[in-house]
Amino acid sequence: MHCCEFGSFIVSRRYDYGRAQIGERRKRSSSKGMHMATTLTINGETKSFDAPPDMPLLWVLRDILGMTGTKFGCGIAQCGACTVHVDGKAVRSCVLPVSAVSNRTVTTIEHVGSTPAGAKVQKAWLEAEVIQCGYCQSGQIMAAAALLAATPHPDDSDIDAAMAGNICRCGTYVRIREAIKQAANGRQS
Amino acid sequence: MNELDRFSRRSLLTGGLAAGFLLAFHLPLRAAVNEPVQPRDTTDGRFAPNAFIRIDETGRTVLMMPQVEMGQGTYTSISAVLAEELDADWSKVEVQHAPPNDKLYGNPTFGLQVTGNSNSIRAWWTPLRKAGATARAMLVQAAAAEWGVESANCTASKGEVAHAASGRKLAYGALALAAQGQTPPKDVALKDPKDFVIIGQPLKRLDTPDKVNGKAVYGIDAILPGMKFATVAACPVFGGKVGKVDDSAAVKLPGVRKVVVLDDMVAVIGDHMWAAKKGLEALKIAWNEGPNAGITTRDIWDDLRKASQKDGAVAKSDGDIAKALASGDRFEAAYELPFLAHASMEPINATVHVKPDSCEIWTGTQIMTRVQSEAAKAAGLPIDKVIVNNHLLGGGFGRKLEPDMVVAAVKIAKQVDYPVKVVWTREEDIQHDVYRPVYRDQITASLVDGKVSGWKYKVAGSAVLARWLPPAFQKGIDIDAVDAAVDAPYDFANFHVEYVRAEPLSVPTGFWRGVGPNNNVFAVECAMDELARKAGKDPIEFRKSMLTKNPRMLAVLNQVAEKSGWGQPLPPRVGRGVCVQPSFASFIATVVEAEIDDIGEITLRRVTSVVDTGIAVNPDTVKAQIEGGLIFGLTAALYGEITIEKGRVQQSNFHDYRMMRINETPKIEVIVVKSGEAPGGIGEAGVNAGPPALRNAILAATGVTLRRLPIDRKLLAVGKKA
Repeated sequence: MHCCEFGSFIVSRRYDYGRAQIGERRKRSSSKGMHMATTLTINGETKSFDAPPDMPLLWVLRDILGMTGTKFGCGIAQCGACTVHVDGKAVRSCVLPVSAVSNRTVTTIEHVGSTPAGAKVQKAWLEAEVIQCGYCQSGQIMAAAALLAATPHPDDSDIDAAMAGNICRCGTYVRIREAIKQAANGRQS
Repeated sequence: MNELDRFSRRSLLTGGLAAGFLLAFHLPLRAAVNEPVQPRDTTDGRFAPNAFIRIDETGRTVLMMPQVEMGQGTYTSISAVLAEELDADWSKVEVQHAPPNDKLYGNPTFGLQVTGNSNSIRAWWTPLRKAGATARAMLVQAAAAEWGVESANCTASKGEVAHAASGRKLAYGALALAAQGQTPPKDVALKDPKDFVIIGQPLKRLDTPDKVNGKAVYGIDAILPGMKFATVAACPVFGGKVGKVDDSAAVKLPGVRKVVVLDDMVAVIGDHMWAAKKGLEALKIAWNEGPNAGITTRDIWDDLRKASQKDGAVAKSDGDIAKALASGDRFEAAYELPFLAHASMEPINATVHVKPDSCEIWTGTQIMTRVQSEAAKAAGLPIDKVIVNNHLLGGGFGRKLEPDMVVAAVKIAKQVDYPVKVVWTREEDIQHDVYRPVYRDQITASLVDGKVSGWKYKVAGSAVLARWLPPAFQKGIDIDAVDAAVDAPYDFANFHVEYVRAEPLSVPTGFWRGVGPNNNVFAVECAMDELARKAGKDPIEFRKSMLTKNPRMLAVLNQVAEKSGWGQPLPPRVGRGVCVQPSFASFIATVVEAEIDDIGEITLRRVTSVVDTGIAVNPDTVKAQIEGGLIFGLTAALYGEITIEKGRVQQSNFHDYRMMRINETPKIEVIVVKSGEAPGGIGEAGVNAGPPALRNAILAATGVTLRRLPIDRKLLAVGKKA
């Protein structure tokens, strides 16, 4: 019995109301200097904001732009929860200064479904019921989508190489491997 | 037990706590901490027969979740139990986090709104079935009244009531108003499990679609108008205090708004986490480290080893243990387990807005009502002025059974008039955890005719329960620390379990996924393997000979032997190890196959687990929990240890507190046995299985007898003997 396509889930909608104000906040200029006006292309949209040049992209996404799908896990590029795509490649946004990505194309979990590999991965993730708590899965999905975009038919060692930087504390690795293979084969369960 | 209360809308104000756990441990019945809070997004004209079910005129069916979702799949399973007896249209089911309210949403086992101990489905199984069935009966009554027919001649299915004789049908939405006026039946019949259409199906989870696209909102994702961001540094020495803080450099940094000095920690508030973090790094903090500044792990182990020599409080004693141990072939061993941090992927956090007359909190917690009452104390407000908004948890594992992060965030937010999101760095999260205690477990046994005739098991370690739920700590026994010790699955005629409370110097201890059975299952299953060798028997045959009164355990053990290829030849330095465990009313047998190379490095080749958890509400979730639990436990066995030097935790992040990764993950096969027994617990259970099964596989592969975790590779190199 596969009912997910009909079931809906409302718990996550309850606290969205603050998000409109985020835009307001970032338009206000900083009261202190040393911030730079930065323009980035994120998920196909041009975003302008003030941020210190050394500020990691992760915190720009989460705390300035209000895009909270990208997660903070370790801050030292050890866990992969913050993985985003820069020019299609998986990178750890927690150690990536925002000044290093100007003129680059950034894609996050909120938009990866619009890429062919990202859409396949999301679908396979749900079909294999990979996810438990889900906190690391934004990063896992971004890493897997980058893998499939570059290597459409990865073998186990390709999967290990691409995914070993992403920790899942719930231990969903067996299903991550399975789902990547499903996504690669376009298999329908 | 006045169970009806929470299940009738009329008595929403007069609820009572359920009885099992309370009677067992003589807990005082507390007054409710707050008045019932109804969900905010209520719909007028809805059918709200009890605290769990809301159906509006469109048929939209909102189910309130008394337990929290931290990955274990409980939102889907709880919904399935309610929807099954309600005969709901599953496609119209939505779930909502319950507000804090022990009377309405307290776990029937604990009398508290707590999610833990693999107890969600076990405790709620019957109460939620009754809640669903009562609501269904009222909808049927409403339809029967509308049609002027007998309720007995109407049936319900997929959100509709039908009258077969006349061919009439009415959807639940159309009946919502009328059903609200019906009197709930006093006693309602529950379905025969053979008629289940939702329970037992591999249901797709309700929470996962929003977890693939960044839409799911965890506590750390709360965003409020005007919110600022804070991060903290707590005194690195347990029990130490803030001395002097020089913030002259920090306050000049761009984006830094305020430095908040608390008793034992300093926070910097900024325009974003980065500003807060940079501000914190720029502070010069002198700590008053206090009396614990010299403590090391060695001191703690010296204390524990000494304490474990004492006689303990007797938790269980059958037969004549002294006599039994005086004869036969004697065996003695001590097993030692380290401190462990939780390391949920979502670092601890809380967002708080304190106003003059209220305090609102956004977080993800396993203890809604305790967070509310502790926050009220910290805010200096009555409990009813504290609003707690729960969220999805990015892992809990027991860490979020504590309110400390919320209390600290309230103290910080009290200093400002805007909302503050306080996020701990991974380093602060790991170094200021409540740790899985160190344990020393001693087993003394005697063998007669190849079987255990006497079994004396003494557990020494911290009594987490004595701090966390003091009334449950009776007669010097922490029932959690000896949970799977007193519940040993084997036929031991002379059986004796003792507990010695030994609190580690300065280090706070807490519940950790797998809880007490982690230490018990490890010690028991390691000792059983060593005893099997002593008796010259195959480890599985040896166990089976003492499972004659435990048919469910025997059945899973037989099946795992077959599925794992037990007994089939293996290459050199490859071994299989078995673990049998009775924890959380589930019956699980696991075989780990591992290879140990010449320098002692371990490769996990394969894990097979057979699980009898009674009725599996969602069999796919049962499998997923065992898969993940195995990895959680094996991670600890391979890498997990928190050590203390100069009163400080030495580990700080994932580079030195390691997690298993995908390239180290073995093939895992989980077989869920069909059963008609009441559901058992599953979220914790897989964690217990991995470490002893791996340790026994290492014993089989190398002949090295490990009695301590994590596994010391140095002992496993070729030519070494432990």
